[in-house]
Amino acid sequence: MNYYLLIPFLPLAAFLINILFGKSLLKENAHWVAILAVAGSWVISVATLIDVMGGKTLNQDLYTWVSSGGFKASVGFLIDPLTAVMLIVVTTCSTLIHIYSTGYMHGDNGYYRFFSYLSLFTFCMLMLVMANNFMQLYFGWEGVGLCSYFLIGYYFNKKSASDAGKKAFIVNRFGDFGFGIGIFVIFLTFGTIYYEPVFSQAGAFATKTVNFLGYDVHLMTLIALLLFCGSIGKSAQMPLHVWLPDAMEGPTPVSALIHAATMVTAGVFLVARCSPIFSLSETALMVVALTGAITSLFAATIGLVQNDLKRIIAYSTVSQLGYMFLACGVGAYTAGIFHLYTHAFFKALLFLCAGSVMHAMSGELDIQKMGGLKKHMPITYWTMLIASLSIAGVPGLAGFFSKDEILWMAYSGPSPVGKLVWLSGTLVAFLTAFYSFRLIFLTFHGKFRGTHEQEHHLHESPKSMTIPLMLLCVGAVASGWVGIPALIGENLGIHNYIAEFMKPVLGHPEGHGTHGEEMMVMLVSVAVGFAGIGLAYFMYMMRPDLPGKLATQFSGAYKVLFNKYYVDELYSAIIVRPTIWIARNILIGVTDARIIEAIVNGVPSAIGGFSRQLRKVQTGFLHHYALIMAAGVLIVMGLMLMRSW
Amino acid sequence: MLPKLFFGYFAFAIIVLSLLVITRRNPVHSVMWMLLLFFQIASMYLFLNAEFIAAIQVIVYAGAILVLFLFVVLLLNLREELLTNRFISAWPVGLVFAGAIFAGAVSAVAAFVPNFSGQYTVDVINRETHTKALGQALYTDFLFPFEIASLILLIAIIGAIVLAKKRMRS
Amino acid sequence: MVPLNWYLMLSAAVFSIGVFGFLTRRNIIIMFMSVELMLNAVNISLVAFSHYLQDLRGQVLVFFIVTVAAAEAAIGLAIIIALFRNKATAHVDDMNEMKG
Repeated sequence: MNYYLLIPFLPLAAFLINILFGKSLLKENAHWVAILAVAGSWVISVATLIDVMGGKTLNQDLYTWVSSGGFKASVGFLIDPLTAVMLIVVTTCSTLIHIYSTGYMHGDNGYYRFFSYLSLFTFCMLMLVMANNFMQLYFGWEGVGLCSYFLIGYYFNKKSASDAGKKAFIVNRFGDFGFGIGIFVIFLTFGTIYYEPVFSQAGAFATKTVNFLGYDVHLMTLIALLLFCGSIGKSAQMPLHVWLPDAMEGPTPVSALIHAATMVTAGVFLVARCSPIFSLSETALMVVALTGAITSLFAATIGLVQNDLKRIIAYSTVSQLGYMFLACGVGAYTAGIFHLYTHAFFKALLFLCAGSVMHAMSGELDIQKMGGLKKHMPITYWTMLIASLSIAGVPGLAGFFSKDEILWMAYSGPSPVGKLVWLSGTLVAFLTAFYSFRLIFLTFHGKFRGTHEQEHHLHESPKSMTIPLMLLCVGAVASGWVGIPALIGENLGIHNYIAEFMKPVLGHPEGHGTHGEEMMVMLVSVAVGFAGIGLAYFMYMMRPDLPGKLATQFSGAYKVLFNKYYVDELYSAIIVRPTIWIARNILIGVTDARIIEAIVNGVPSAIGGFSRQLRKVQTGFLHHYALIMAAGVLIVMGLMLMRSW
Repeated sequence: MLPKLFFGYFAFAIIVLSLLVITRRNPVHSVMWMLLLFFQIASMYLFLNAEFIAAIQVIVYAGAILVLFLFVVLLLNLREELLTNRFISAWPVGLVFAGAIFAGAVSAVAAFVPNFSGQYTVDVINRETHTKALGQALYTDFLFPFEIASLILLIAIIGAIVLAKKRMRS
Repeated sequence: MVPLNWYLMLSAAVFSIGVFGFLTRRNIIIMFMSVELMLNAVNISLVAFSHYLQDLRGQVLVFFIVTVAAAEAAIGLAIIIALFRNKATAHVDDMNEMKG
């Protein structure tokens, strides 16, 4: 028995304990079980990381889940550098957010329910990243989706929250449909759904095509794009990004854990995990890169004008996820995973700070009604400022290293769209810096714009919340130091550790460019970051009247951005309303009333009519029964005699 | 020749007595004829070298079951029984069915050829005595069914008491 | 030596008489006696088989049939008493309540 196996099963045990005994026994102490379990998982994850750094890997089946003909699926674990990094990300964020939640959710009615869902989520997420076959991956994938649904709709008596939960679930269905078919195609092609044989044989199918609806489709492109469908849904990429901003209806720790640090990055993990397949298809990679680039630009522009604190961060998440796909799309999977890893820290930190602000503002989320919170909540201010500096790409902080790595890979890599996505990535870096600091300036600087009552209530959050903030802040600063690019590191004798660590799994494409070009890319990205911060300072600190003027002058563009490009309205018009119309008029009106009810009511009445006839046989007279019995004896006798003749 | 004569007598007596049992108007007479019938059957069992079975035929059937029948008949008021029809109006149907079953059984018997021979010849049984031989079979090979039979009897006792006892007026 | 088939014919005849009595008599006690008659018919054939095939298993079966017949008589007669107490009749064609 291997101690790695405890990593997912500790949270599962915590879930079972909390869901069974939480309501009656544990009540206000429910967090202890959950925190101990997830902290235990974290400790083992660290041990695992050390083992893996020592060159140890593991690919072990624990239990045969399905065995049917040639199809076999099991509960099995694959531990390699990619898994190890994901384990650290998931368990670290999960542990800190569990601790934070004890303060944030204090006094809530569903305290034990919240923690049991968090544990279940952690279990599913760990199953997802530790899987050694696609079936278990799919199990974890749907499991985290389910927990996301539970937790978005955690305040289920609030209609917007339960609607948001449903929206997340239904939108994900679109992506998971493709993902499921992708797994079927993998099984049809390779005859197995285990990673190891699939990835090692993928090269043999590199040029194979299949006939699909009359077209010859490159098989690997087909598989890669179907799998990418799942990623689009889960990681909220265009055009299925609509659920993530609404998912902010859930409690803030949930937004931080599920909708920023872990679950939504599962799509990136999937692409990285399946990199042997994606790498065989230039088309698929191009689709991934362009989807990422478009999404990141698109979400960043929306983020510029939103006023809801959490939604701005949500759009920032969508944008940063686009960044990670952009990296994967240019073949720099390591850079994508590196950004995933740094992003988990600073984005979780941003959300938790937002939660802290919400806590102080009694649930108020409109940044137009805040301002000047700096002096009331210094810890929240400083941590959030560092997180924002990190996301803006200020040199030395985590976000700088991962973002720079992505941009350099895009610029120098072999991808045909590399230069294009580099340009859009640079633009996004500018926009990101701008809206992040717009948020900081509007929330923490200037004068308080809310009610007097709210101002009176302002306070710094309790220790259980601020300590996780400070710990995450360390991550937001230092987590990037494992991936210092050669340009800087060479002179200091520091390697790009993460790239070397991930090389056996994800490879490491060398950029084709001179040091001068690399320096140029880096300086540009730093420059646009500072430019964004500067512009935000100019517009919101020096000339606070300017944003309003701009909004009226460019009211058309402003409205489009403010209404998120009308994507929700578009989907409502082309998908939701026609579906409801069909459901109401055709399914209920015709299928249900005329066909199904005719069958449902017809069968019983036919049986009833037949029974009424049959009941006449039951006269109640003993002799009739005796005669029938004798007749039965005769029939049996006759049959036996006939057989013997 | 002598055995065939004996069999002829028994067969004749058993069939006539059976017919008498089912055709008598008065149930008491039926029970009496049945008593006689059971003695005839027991005698025939002796003729077939099965004295233990003959004994339980007399003791259980004649001694216990028929006495029970007699008690029940006497408990019931059967005065009007003697004035009504014995058979249902559709009795020919019953006759046809019974005849068909008889014909079927006879045709099956006609085709039957005994092709098996066990170890319990008349000599063996005579040497061991019939009761001991049967007892050995019952307490070894058939021990489990034997125990179940005792359970069935227990259930019957309880069931009979529960069914026949007068309901308490609550 | 009497052939086995003669016993079997006798058994069939008694069984058929029992069937006839069960199918046609109105009095439930006589019907019940017809059932006993049928059981005895089977016993005759079993004992005859046992004798001619030189195997005791037939007689063991007779033993069990007698046991079950005793149990059945006790239960059946108890039912008849209960029935007579409620309906004041022993004629089954006066009753038609055995239906769903």
